[in-house]
Amino acid sequence: MAKYLLLKHYRGAPAAVNDVPMDRWTPEEISAHIQYMNDFAARLEKTGEFVDGQALAPEGTFVRYDGEGRPPVTDGPFPETKDLIAGWMVIDVDTYDRAVALAGELSAAPGAGGKPIHEWLELRPFLTAPPTVTE
Amino acid sequence: MDAELLRRLTPSVIGVLVRRGADFAAAEDAVQDALVEAVRHWSADPPRDPKGWLVTAAWRKFLDATRAETARRRREDLADEEPAPGPASAADDTLQLYFLCAHPSLTPSSAVALTLRAVGGLTTRQIARAYLVPEATMAQRISRAKRTVSGVRFDRPGDVATVLRVLYLVFNEGYSGDVDLAAEAIRLTRLLAARVDHPEAAGLLALMLLHHARRAARTTPDGGLVPLAEQDRGRWDTALISEGVGILQAALARDRLGEFQAQAAVAALHADAPTAEETDWTQIVEWYDELVRLTDSPVVRLNRAVAVGEAEGPRAGLAALAELDVSLPRHTAVTAYLHERDGDLATAARLYAEAARKASNLPERDHLNRQAARLNTREPR
Repeated sequence: MAKYLLLKHYRGAPAAVNDVPMDRWTPEEISAHIQYMNDFAARLEKTGEFVDGQALAPEGTFVRYDGEGRPPVTDGPFPETKDLIAGWMVIDVDTYDRAVALAGELSAAPGAGGKPIHEWLELRPFLTAPPTVTE
Repeated sequence: MDAELLRRLTPSVIGVLVRRGADFAAAEDAVQDALVEAVRHWSADPPRDPKGWLVTAAWRKFLDATRAETARRRREDLADEEPAPGPASAADDTLQLYFLCAHPSLTPSSAVALTLRAVGGLTTRQIARAYLVPEATMAQRISRAKRTVSGVRFDRPGDVATVLRVLYLVFNEGYSGDVDLAAEAIRLTRLLAARVDHPEAAGLLALMLLHHARRAARTTPDGGLVPLAEQDRGRWDTALISEGVGILQAALARDRLGEFQAQAAVAALHADAPTAEETDWTQIVEWYDELVRLTDSPVVRLNRAVAVGEAEGPRAGLAALAELDVSLPRHTAVTAYLHERDGDLATAARLYAEAARKASNLPERDHLNRQAARLNTREPR
């Protein structure tokens, strides 16, 4: 089993095929989208492949140490150009192929017009410790 | 083996040990050890006086532990202090625990965790699950809190207002996992209100009951928000409402108004309206005026602007909003709502979408996105 992180971006990923902002969808389309995401997570819980999922607020701040006795420096909210993570889901699957297949399913969540968004999700494997050999 | 009985007795047994001079952390450990003994022995040989049994067992455990750790001299001092055997004192030791757990030296999150552990008798695992943190993290938080209050002596009553604030924090955490924190907060506030003569204890209990009464109607089966005006009032718990209103009226009659009572009064006026349209907004505005006077909180002023918008029309509401800082949570959402009521749908839609981006929780964000979508995709007239 290996864990993978599925990253959803507010910005920084290539544009989705069905790229319409959510406030231009109908309320029913929004409901269908949320239902799809919930069903997807519930299904992965049943197969034992779901680990965690969280959504992030759009505001982010870069912070840096600024020397002894000084408060950390912040560069304020992310400027428009920076990459922005909207949320993540962690899955624990048997193969890379399975991870790709699941990411593909998640990217097919319905959007405007009830059609799949085809958004780009980033798929990242977790680094793991080498297996411990025990007697 | 009656787990519920044990949970109920735990805080007062800890309280007895603390009052006899045991350090809080040591008292809690000793009581945990005594509970293990109880689980082992009670099914075969149930005691006639369970609390007395637990106090005796816990006090012995405490002495054993103290003996193991400190010098002979200290042990002898304590042994001298051991009270004569007999029925456990009827003094209310649980109350002392409330004050200890809400001690001002603790951060709010530590105070909440310690209260749930010591007064509520919840396990560390249950508290960790309710707060969605690993059990080890919660264990650390609790033991750090215990260290902080270790050595604090309780010879006089603490500040009821601080305890109430901690219980209010517990209530607002809602629920997840197998512990319903709102229900737990109500249980603990009920116990507290029965013990202290403080109108705000009654006020907080009334407020919790009135909010809790609406809980079933507040969300859709899949977790979506249902605004107050759209809630199915038939699903409100009328027994809880009448209990809350009764408690509130008794508290108000004592003429020592505080912010919890004023908030409960607002909740009671909502609960009282047979339909959203029949809500007595004029009286609600008056209660918000009281709240502004009592707290001068910007959030209260924001809620007041909503009430003004309902009582005197959206323009009056927008005028009240204009005096407030736009960075307040929900400011944008409220502005959007008032513009919609005023008929400026384009501005409302833009502001709903902006409010959705600023929302701090998922159901709220989804709700605001739907509001924007509803206005943006409506049939042109």
